[in-house]
Amino acid sequence: MMKSQLKKLAIAAAITASTLASSSLAWAEDTIKVGVLHSLSGTMAISETTLKDTMLMLIDEQNRKGGVLGKKLEAVVVDPASNWPLFAEKARELITKDHTVVTFGCWTSVSRKSVLPVFEELNSILFYPVQYEGEESSKNVFYTGAAPNQQAVPAVDYLMNELGVKRWVLAGTDYVYPRTTNKILKAYLIARGVKESDIMINYTPFGHSDWQSIVSDIKKFGSAGKKTAVVSTINGDANVPFYKELGNQGISAEDIPVVAFSVGEEELSGLDTKPLVGHLAAWNYFMSVESDENSDFISAWKKYIKDNKRVTNDPMEAHYIGFNMWVKAVEKAGTTDPEAVQKALIGVAVPNLSGGYSAMMPNHHITKPVLIGEIQDNGQFDIVWETSGLVAGDAWSDYLPGSRDLISDWRTPLSCGNYNVKTKKCSGQNY
Amino acid sequence: MPESITIAVVRRLSPLLLLFFLFTGFVPQLLANTSTGEASLQEAWKALTDKSYSKKEKAITLIARQNTADAYPVMKAMLDGKLYFSTRDKTLFVLKEQDGNYAFTPLFAGQAVTQESKRGFKKVKINNRLRTRLRQALALLQLQHEDKKLRLAAVQELLKNPDSKAANLIRDVVEKETDTEIRTAMHTLLAVIQLESPNENEQREAIKKLADSLNPSALNALTAYQPPNTALKKLANAAIQKINDRRDNYARAETIFFGLSLGSVLALAAIGLAITFGVMGVINMAHGELIMIGAYTTYVIQLLMPEHIGISVIVAIPAAFIVSGLVGMAIELTVIRHLYGRPLETLLATFGVSLVLQQTVRSIFSPLNRSVETPQWMSGAFQINEVLALTWNRFYIIIFCLAVFVALILVMKKTLLGLQVRAVSQNRLMARAMGVRSKWVDALTFGLGSGIAGMAGVALSLLTNVGPNLGQSYIIDSFMVVVFGGVGNLWGTLVAGMSLGVINKVLEPWAGAVLAKILVLVFIILFIQKRPTGLFPQRGRAAED
Amino acid sequence: MFMLDLLRNDKPGSWMLATLLVVSIAVPVLNLLVPEGSIFHLSTYTVTLLGKYLTYALLALAADLVWGYLGILSLGHGAFFALGGYAMGMYLMRQIGERGVYGDPLLPDFMVFLNWQELPWFWHGFDQFWFAALMVLLVPGLLAYVFGYLAFRSRVTGVYLSIITQAMTYALMLAFFRNEMGFGGNNGLTDFKDLLGFDLRADSTRIGLFLASTAALAIAYLGTRYIVSSRLGLASVAIRDAESRTRFIGYRVENIKLWMFVFSAMLAGVAGALYVPQVGIINPGEFSPLNSIELIIWVAIGGRGTLYGAVIGALLVNYAKTYFTAALPEIWLFALGGLFILVTLYLPKGIVGLRRMREARA
Repeated sequence: MMKSQLKKLAIAAAITASTLASSSLAWAEDTIKVGVLHSLSGTMAISETTLKDTMLMLIDEQNRKGGVLGKKLEAVVVDPASNWPLFAEKARELITKDHTVVTFGCWTSVSRKSVLPVFEELNSILFYPVQYEGEESSKNVFYTGAAPNQQAVPAVDYLMNELGVKRWVLAGTDYVYPRTTNKILKAYLIARGVKESDIMINYTPFGHSDWQSIVSDIKKFGSAGKKTAVVSTINGDANVPFYKELGNQGISAEDIPVVAFSVGEEELSGLDTKPLVGHLAAWNYFMSVESDENSDFISAWKKYIKDNKRVTNDPMEAHYIGFNMWVKAVEKAGTTDPEAVQKALIGVAVPNLSGGYSAMMPNHHITKPVLIGEIQDNGQFDIVWETSGLVAGDAWSDYLPGSRDLISDWRTPLSCGNYNVKTKKCSGQNY
Repeated sequence: MPESITIAVVRRLSPLLLLFFLFTGFVPQLLANTSTGEASLQEAWKALTDKSYSKKEKAITLIARQNTADAYPVMKAMLDGKLYFSTRDKTLFVLKEQDGNYAFTPLFAGQAVTQESKRGFKKVKINNRLRTRLRQALALLQLQHEDKKLRLAAVQELLKNPDSKAANLIRDVVEKETDTEIRTAMHTLLAVIQLESPNENEQREAIKKLADSLNPSALNALTAYQPPNTALKKLANAAIQKINDRRDNYARAETIFFGLSLGSVLALAAIGLAITFGVMGVINMAHGELIMIGAYTTYVIQLLMPEHIGISVIVAIPAAFIVSGLVGMAIELTVIRHLYGRPLETLLATFGVSLVLQQTVRSIFSPLNRSVETPQWMSGAFQINEVLALTWNRFYIIIFCLAVFVALILVMKKTLLGLQVRAVSQNRLMARAMGVRSKWVDALTFGLGSGIAGMAGVALSLLTNVGPNLGQSYIIDSFMVVVFGGVGNLWGTLVAGMSLGVINKVLEPWAGAVLAKILVLVFIILFIQKRPTGLFPQRGRAAED
Repeated sequence: MFMLDLLRNDKPGSWMLATLLVVSIAVPVLNLLVPEGSIFHLSTYTVTLLGKYLTYALLALAADLVWGYLGILSLGHGAFFALGGYAMGMYLMRQIGERGVYGDPLLPDFMVFLNWQELPWFWHGFDQFWFAALMVLLVPGLLAYVFGYLAFRSRVTGVYLSIITQAMTYALMLAFFRNEMGFGGNNGLTDFKDLLGFDLRADSTRIGLFLASTAALAIAYLGTRYIVSSRLGLASVAIRDAESRTRFIGYRVENIKLWMFVFSAMLAGVAGALYVPQVGIINPGEFSPLNSIELIIWVAIGGRGTLYGAVIGALLVNYAKTYFTAALPEIWLFALGGLFILVTLYLPKGIVGLRRMREARA
């Protein structure tokens, strides 16, 4: 009796000890550790797994070029499993247990919000590669995806000027990115003279799969005699049934074009695009961009993933830019120390895949071209319009009353992510 | 065509329409009418190969106006993405794909080429704006096409933006038109234009005609109409009222159809569960993954027969039944077999199975969604009238759901297997005493339920994402449907699925998609309070433990 | 004395409590006193992780009370957990005050962001800790009361009850996802600064939260142990095994079920309230029906109807999850799924059943 209990206690002690010990294992300092924090299971795996592979490829390539500062890079991959608290936990694990000096990761806004305090507390670096709602600028986060002014606003301009759209459906998934984007767009449209009755806003839950009624409503809204377009901020999984329903109810791109901000090549690869030809997407990169960097990148990617049919997309380019920026900043700073690298990153410019250079701005957002593409029957986009120059990302939108007066500048002496130019105060900082 | 009338009409148009014409380039077309000639036409052909979309647009306008014999095939090819040009000398070719080869036929000069790749040729790219222009231009040319469908499409295209130019053309052909549907559409268009007439009698006539039309253009024309006196105003308002009433009625019918179609999806997803969970008592958390396997089977079948997408879906139905059924039997034989009499443990083990199946699919097919093509015969819609159209795929899914259901009921009621299944589920020991090999029956029943889940997967693959998470999004709904209908009652499952679908869709326009779903869930919770064992409770002693 | 009486027949429970006591002394020492370079140093990461596991253990305990001793398989216990978490999260949000990114003294950031002009009525009072603490208990308790009152009175049992609890948590998840609800939508509540004036990022605060979780678990264990050993507990086991018979003997089955259910929901609420400051975020994902199913699995793996089994199951499964997601990021679902299947097949009474099986053999 007693013996068995002792044995159990011993087992318990062993488990405890192994837990504790594994956290404090001595580590070897001969490589530079790079964290990759993307969901490999759960609902977001569909989008994020590709980004994990992209990072592994980029790190692999860099190592073949000799690494950074004479050391090899080592990727530490963890799976936060599309679980937002787990993102924070895994971020802490990467930084404190695996001693990563930089992390590339997150897709959804909520995952970024979840890890943000961890990166700020431990003063590490996160590169966030996805287009997002803006309204944030952290000392420790570098946003390589598009802010609303680098995607949504130019797309609406295009529809208005080139297609003569007069009536607008703003359809989105009910979360913060579509809410904010639509808020900005509504303010923008009204400022451009669109009547409130010509704007229809619709929100659906995540993974919404039955679009019959909504598509039918859109059809009715669009039959009022004015050119109508749908601005879609519908997220990931819900897009496939949405587009299928559009095709089935016979809404073609000529009748009611849909411009999407979350549909890229990867999403289209899960769809039969023949009924969708002519619908639009706005991004900062398309696989069909013609440039030397892009064709190199595409062939390297196909070779790495051993699949000739795999596509590239905008968030992958964002990681490409982000990673190269980090490498360059580390070389500039001569160290991987996050504090020094954060400083060195501002002003760094690296080639992007559309044939130009992207630079890191003082607000931790980057400059990018804005491209508008039309869906083709082969699952690619045909670029029909692009900005003449680069657009710098705005952390704080000019169209939202709360953030109109805020600016972000991480250079000394201001060194503040949300400085209110009216009250001359820097609020919400944790440092 | 008499230019002066057009201009007179343009002058009378409401500013809105004028703006529209300005935009679509109608006015420049009128102004540029003088600069014709062979030379410019030649240039226009050449301009099609240009990169600039605005140059191409000008060229199309010019070509359309010339209305030469070449115009129609070229514009058609361009719209279909079959117009190519040789990269060498920029001459135009039309592409035809013949058993894997590409045949390029020259439009004007040059040699016809047939080769294995598209090397040396480039597609004439078009964008949305060009597509709209092409459609309109083609519609004008197609009004007298011998194909009835094309004629109807042409009139409908013209109806989207009715103008006097189209009206003149239609006036010429309307008397010759034999098809009533096309004639009605033509008359609607004429009435829309007639409404613009300065003559009040004409206007009255037009209003009367438009009142009977359901075409959106009719309503738009009436809404934009500015009546010169109160009598006409009354008439117009009555017409609008009449149209709106009819539209509302059709909208209601549409909502019911949407509800039935959502309901059939829910029921289809739940039928398999009604067997594994309802009849056998296994809390089968892997049910969703069995649906997913069916969907992936459809994908694989389409990969295997890319040339026959049309029948691939039909082939996929038995294939998915077999694949999912076998997986289900494997699960039964290895895991569930050991857990009879411990229903809650089955929840645990099948949850584990569902994780394993998800990851297996993720490892084999990657986490990306796979694309399942909707066959031609299932796409598009059945146009009942101009406001009510039922999409074919939904229609077939409702039928499929009912067919699966009837087949299942027959299996359960008329076959030996069905008899044995019912015997085992009612009293396992007694059934065994009567000589039923209960273990075999269990395996086959679970296989049957799983196979039906697989067939549901075929239907879902045509509606939604085919990815590793497909199952998870249906498992909770499926349990709700089975429980709401009454565990162990197949009819209950069908009725429950259909009624939940209709309730959801009736609530949706009023409450929004999210709130509608919440309300349905609250309704289920409250309903279960009223009838603690679902719509159709199982009666008898077996139900009491 | 009373406590000793309670534990006399509960050897595993005593061991568990003793372990908790040892851990609650060792962890602060190893984290705060042992220098960082030492191999005995316990990183703050591990402390927070352990704290999180303990709140899960508390949640599992709550679920085992109603499942193991009352036969109610609740597939909605995650909802009570999340509600407790939201109550705490709202308090933490209000504590941010002017330190939010927009510097609004009253409105949390997400409200400024979405143009809300004033604080919704249900946010009032949450600037006071006592109020929030009360709500941590009251909100889940009240929901459980209303839900239980309806369900138990109508004699909804078995899978029907399980599925409507699932419907409840599913409906709540959808509701909290809605931005109009005023709980921050999908992003939930995050970016917390301090709790009762203590900086949440300080190691000492984390240790404090960890100790609070340990204490809560220990007290809850004693409380639930007391209940299940009391007459009430015996009656509830009778209900579990033969509900109709118990009713005919003259017990008010509905009342017993109702109060046990409410108590369990409150425990889950406390677990949620302790969970949120340690992980730093609460969002509608916590209402996900899958979470509730998973927590039932913790209980089943540990061993249903033993209380300590639930605690062990929660700790073990979550440790396995943490370990697998880092060690086998690509295929950890195989490992976890396989674990669930094997445990069910070969350890029908869960892990604690191992000991019982051996005892039975001996």
